[in-house]
Amino acid sequence: MALTHPSGEYPVVVVGSGPGGLQVSYCLSRLGIEHAVLSADDAPGGMFRSLPIFGRLLSWSKPDAPFERGAREYEWFDHNSLLADDPELRGLVPAEMNRDFAVPSRPEMERGLAAFAERADVHVRYGCRWETTRRDEDGSLVLGTSEGEYRCRAAVFALGVTDPWKSDIPGVEDVPHYVETLEPRAYEGRRVLVIGKRNSGFEIADGLLPWARQVVLVSPRPVQTSVIALSSVRVRYMQPLEDAGLGGGTLALDAAIERVERTADGFRIHAHGTTRPGEVELEADAALAATGFATPIRDLGNLGVQTVAQGRIPALTPFWEAVGAPGVYFAGNATQGAPGLRRHGVGASSPAVHGFRYNARVLAEAIAERHFGVVPERATFAPGEVARFLAHELAHGPELWAQKAYLARVVALEEGGAGRDAGVQPLSHFVDAAGPDAVAATIEMNAAGSIYPVVYARRGGAVTEHVLEPEPQHAYHGPGYLAELEGLLRS
Amino acid sequence: MGNGADTETLGRLALFADLSRPQVEAIAHTFEEEMFPEGQRVLRQGFSGSNLYVILDGEAAVVIDGKERTRLGRGEFFGEASTLLGTAPTADVVATTALRCLVVPASELEGFLMAYPAVAIRMLKEAVRRLATTLQWL
Ligand SMILES: Cc1cc2nc3c(=O)[nH]c(=O)nc-3n(C[C@H](O)[C@H](O)[C@H](O)COP(=O)(O)OP(=O)(O)OC[C@H]3O[C@@H](n4cnc5c(N)ncnc54)[C@H](O)[C@@H]3O)c2cc1C
Repeated sequence: MALTHPSGEYPVVVVGSGPGGLQVSYCLSRLGIEHAVLSADDAPGGMFRSLPIFGRLLSWSKPDAPFERGAREYEWFDHNSLLADDPELRGLVPAEMNRDFAVPSRPEMERGLAAFAERADVHVRYGCRWETTRRDEDGSLVLGTSEGEYRCRAAVFALGVTDPWKSDIPGVEDVPHYVETLEPRAYEGRRVLVIGKRNSGFEIADGLLPWARQVVLVSPRPVQTSVIALSSVRVRYMQPLEDAGLGGGTLALDAAIERVERTADGFRIHAHGTTRPGEVELEADAALAATGFATPIRDLGNLGVQTVAQGRIPALTPFWEAVGAPGVYFAGNATQGAPGLRRHGVGASSPAVHGFRYNARVLAEAIAERHFGVVPERATFAPGEVARFLAHELAHGPELWAQKAYLARVVALEEGGAGRDAGVQPLSHFVDAAGPDAVAATIEMNAAGSIYPVVYARRGGAVTEHVLEPEPQHAYHGPGYLAELEGLLRS
Repeated sequence: MGNGADTETLGRLALFADLSRPQVEAIAHTFEEEMFPEGQRVLRQGFSGSNLYVILDGEAAVVIDGKERTRLGRGEFFGEASTLLGTAPTADVVATTALRCLVVPASELEGFLMAYPAVAIRMLKEAVRRLATTLQWL
């Protein structure tokens, strides 16, 4: 059998076989852009082959929903499947689910992703580790791997944000990371200290509730219950937080840890209270560091790639190109390096599959157009059809619902009220880039959790925003909204 | 989601000079850091829903109706008026170099200032100083 993607020259190289890498490869193929996909793993699925550690995802996939499984509109109700043009390839994760829960188990997710890779013909060279990167004089990128050199015009790194990361607390090196958490029964009868009060810290607390003698969570930042209430991570927090709130044993302490000390039979932590000043000293039989994850960008800093969050996340442009390194793109979870306009403080949904799968499609289109002059064919609208199209997208466009205030449906306006679909674009690109007359429609959410459409109109180079009223049934294709959109398009 | 900037960087800013190290650490763990390339708009005149930004590194220009009014550098902040009043900014703020900022979402600003009154006082003094400068121009 011929070797999949042998070393050599390709228009584009994609690194990673998690959901980010698989999605971008599929979308590049649909646009006819030849590329190689490399992965250090030996099967598809990325992080979901081993994590989350307690075996259940946060993100929903509803096997039954207001739309049929093969429909595009169904995507919003299924946050975990990858996108496909062929209805047969859609909704592959719920097809694996046993329906005990509305969120898949880790093995169900892994199987759904593997089914996609197989049935959508995503070919990956497995067992191939990217190790070094350089830029040649002609501008092309050269990726040195365990299996030889790959040369390309554009590279897409879908590396995940999955490398265990620890803050620089003295002594923390002796504390096992979240990914090294043992079987729950190993903590039976023990007092367990968890460093970190975010998602992964609470996942451990939740998983150990039936086993540990006591779970104590410590970090400087208080848990923001009002923020969590509106996010999918709340399923992890609910039980431990209720336990802590009712004094049931679990403790969630706000303290900055000064150092971690090993003792004869466990750990001692020295800390200072933050929301409540004072020294805090804690002893525990076991400790776990739920201190977060990083993107393994290796030597990409040498090409000019910049990072935020203490080197953990690449800083990206709205089209997910590395700030400071043209031609170097990111896909998957790392696309959180472009948070967008953060309207009302709400960033993009790029750290989860349901958000970044759309980034992948927009990215593939951007690469095809910028580097290869390939532009997908899109619909044109007669006068009067533009408002109807936008109204449908506002009510049911999965891109807009999944990537609120980050992705927008753009229609270029032409003479006499006609229009041309300009696809889905990052909203910050639309509001900041000069361009011909056009409108961009998005769904947004404010800090209070209210969801409503916003339309941005660019006329004569100036962009104005029009915030529409929220509606309890989200029926933004209704007659009132249609009339309002028509008015906006006329003005 | 990523934690924000590192504690060292924040601790050096005048805005946080009165806080204890654990308090600065709590801020570092609460708010995110964002980096903007040169030329990128950070605050947009006339657009609702903006946030407060504290400059960690780099420089930005305050631009009103296309005209540059002033420059801001490390330790300075912008977006406070629109966030506190819930109105749209009356100026663009544009990165003039690569710009690194701490982002405080509007919805969290009041709680933040109440939790750290020393920061509120520093911010108030700076706002008054800016007002005095503006009045001189008139
Ligand atoms: C604990 C935890 C729980 C999560 N739960 C959810 C959830 O419930 N729902 C959700 O949507 N998201 C969840 N996420 C976010 C999750 O990381 C992403 O949704 C998803 O796994 C990211 O996909 P990805 O393709 O970006 O990266 P990954 O799935 O991490 O895949 C990275 C790929 O890059 C490859 N790679 C890395 N370095 C190299 C190299 N040097 N050479 C070659 N290949 C390389 C890896 O082998 C792998 O194939 C969670 C994250 C964490 C950390």
